[in-house]
Amino acid sequence: MLSRTAESLYWLARYVERAEYLARTIDATLRVTALPAAYIGKTNEWDSALLTAGVAASFYQTYEEANEHNVVDYLSFSANNPSSIRNCIESARLNSRSVRTALTSEMWDTINSAWIDLQAVWSKGTSTREDLAKFLRFVQETSLRFDGSAYRTMLRNDAYWFSRLGLHLERADNTARILDVKYHVLLPEEEHVGGPLDFYQWSSILRSVSALTAYHWVYRETLKPWLVADLLILNSTLPRSLASCYDNLTRNLDQIGVAYGRQGPAQRHARGIRNRLEHSNMNDIFQHGVHEFIQEFITDNSRLGEIITKQYLI
Amino acid sequence: MAVAFDEMNIPGGELRPAYEELARWLKETPPEALEYRRQEAELLFRRIGITFAVYGEAESTERLIPFDVIPRIMSGKEWTLLEKGLKQRVRALNMFLRDIYHGRDILRAEIVPDDLIFQNPVFRPEMNGQQVPHDVYVHIAGIDIVRVDANDFIVLEDNARTPSGVSYMLENREIMMRLFPDLFARHRVAPVERYPDELLSALRSVAPQSTSGEPTVALLTPGVYNSAYYEHSFLADKLGIELVEGSDLIVKNNEVFMRTTEGLKRVDVIYRRVDDDFLDPLTFRPDSVLGVPGLMSAYAAGNITLANAVGTGIADDKAIYSYMPDIVRFYLGEEPILKNVPTWRCREPKDLAYVLDNLGELVVKEVHGSGGYGMLIGPAATKATIEAFREKLKREPEGFIAQPTLALSTCPTCTASGLAPRHVDLRPFVLTGSKGTTVVPGGLTRVALKEGSLVVNSSQGGGTKDTWILDE
Repeated sequence: MLSRTAESLYWLARYVERAEYLARTIDATLRVTALPAAYIGKTNEWDSALLTAGVAASFYQTYEEANEHNVVDYLSFSANNPSSIRNCIESARLNSRSVRTALTSEMWDTINSAWIDLQAVWSKGTSTREDLAKFLRFVQETSLRFDGSAYRTMLRNDAYWFSRLGLHLERADNTARILDVKYHVLLPEEEHVGGPLDFYQWSSILRSVSALTAYHWVYRETLKPWLVADLLILNSTLPRSLASCYDNLTRNLDQIGVAYGRQGPAQRHARGIRNRLEHSNMNDIFQHGVHEFIQEFITDNSRLGEIITKQYLI
Repeated sequence: MAVAFDEMNIPGGELRPAYEELARWLKETPPEALEYRRQEAELLFRRIGITFAVYGEAESTERLIPFDVIPRIMSGKEWTLLEKGLKQRVRALNMFLRDIYHGRDILRAEIVPDDLIFQNPVFRPEMNGQQVPHDVYVHIAGIDIVRVDANDFIVLEDNARTPSGVSYMLENREIMMRLFPDLFARHRVAPVERYPDELLSALRSVAPQSTSGEPTVALLTPGVYNSAYYEHSFLADKLGIELVEGSDLIVKNNEVFMRTTEGLKRVDVIYRRVDDDFLDPLTFRPDSVLGVPGLMSAYAAGNITLANAVGTGIADDKAIYSYMPDIVRFYLGEEPILKNVPTWRCREPKDLAYVLDNLGELVVKEVHGSGGYGMLIGPAATKATIEAFREKLKREPEGFIAQPTLALSTCPTCTASGLAPRHVDLRPFVLTGSKGTTVVPGGLTRVALKEGSLVVNSSQGGGTKDTWILDE
């Protein structure tokens, strides 16, 4: 297939995934900040929402204070924020238009309808909490519909695999970023036994990757920070864990390699990351330093993006 | 202006036979039901994303072309005549182009004046002596047809470069069949859906000799910001070919390749929707980023077929248009089946004098204009506009032609105050490959939605209709 087509499919999936992740982040932050201050401590949750979205620096060029109004506006609707939800959907549609021939009509319809709704219903942003909740649900549903129609209607060929690569690379990045910002509340040596403060922090993390219920099914335990870390990093049964993302990335890259009859640096690099995840346990990671581990992962993950681009997309 | 010929109603209250069943159906269908389906149709168009861009409008860069749900109907007999005329005309266009870029018999015979060719900016000297496979230059032609009475079909304009609109022919039919199955059940409408197949086989049939195996065909688009981008993606999809932009292609050793995820892949035929000027920055406009550097040398080497060929503009030029009846006679030795609109060539002093004296009744067009821009419709223009135009004409008479204002035929159309007659034209699409010329029964009917308006261009408030050819 055309390199440009593959590139658009890859970015299309990334933008949709990113939009959903931002919606989940806002949702989780709203919940935490609704609690009395005694439960969440002194951290500014809106500030960490900006950090997990990776847009804190650009935010402060426009705004003075990270409060609900400003951050929700910046993450959701701002035209100045290249990865606001609005811009993600705009970019997703632009990419869809340029690769319409590679999309199924269901996928196109999902993105195009979302784009139409964005203008028809959400052009002025949201004015109330109810509105905002509706908007966040709309974004999550768009992503679910897109993902579902890709899964159910696309031919299993390179178009599908490149789109999956975009999705899993973005997802791994998002999960890693939450861990990067919140790693300090996951450290076991801080001698808390699950006080109310951290409990809400942990559940907020899980919520933003839609893993709160999953946690209980997997561990059948109360929330424990190292288990939260284990779930998000190493547990390959959780779709948003780093391990699961890399299972998928290696599988999709291998399928491309088989179809094209040739492997390359992308396959090798992805396999390397996957092996490392597979042979790690939380003890080692904590000893090595969670923060270092995560930062290394984020670098490796974006390196994979560059390698894929060089090998296939240009 | 005379009362226009109505394609449904005969003055005195009778109906033309092709419309009888439609009239019965309309009588049985309550206006609300019609209105409801009209809204449904609009919703479908928007959801599918059948939009076009209007240049120079900051707002609403994507617009819908209004769709009128009342079909325009033609009898099989009428179509047979039209089809014959279209094939004749396109055969002549192709022979004319072959001649202009080779022997130039028609110039020697003094049928067409030399300077009209050689001083014409759309004449491409690069094409002199260039062989094109099977001598086909115009693979896809859109011939704009109007009617003024029950007997004749008149050619308003030949489009031999990159005619657009065929996606509307196909999508209008899809939507009509979805929304009006009951109406279809009462008619035998000739299908249009084989157009993509016929286009693909025409394109494959003209692959260069150096092709090995099955020819690879690609559609070259200027990109998502082009006004016809939807159509480009639609056609690429229906044909199952890659939709490429200039940056996806690269020329190596005079062969054209596309960049794919598996490396470079040779392309044999390019259905290009990019104008000549932008095709190759090394040959034409150096500032073009839409084209492919070196494409013309690959073309000259005979390793790529471009459809349509380079330089076809010389055949659909409005100045050449007035010579078309003679061109048909010259190459085919036949009388033209399709009529021309009587045309005054402002380059000729006698004609110019007449035009200047009668500006208020004439339509004056720029020789190189298109899309309905830069034209004067005398009867609808203000005094000041006419005077301004008079100055333009005097300054550069060779840039203009003039025609009488035609009373274009009308068809019943949905309006705010119920069904009313509106002026229409028709663009059928004529395909030519190695095995000859075909026309899918139908075309794009454009309708001027404003009462009394004669301008059907989508960029100026025109709409479209589904065009039915009855299979009798």
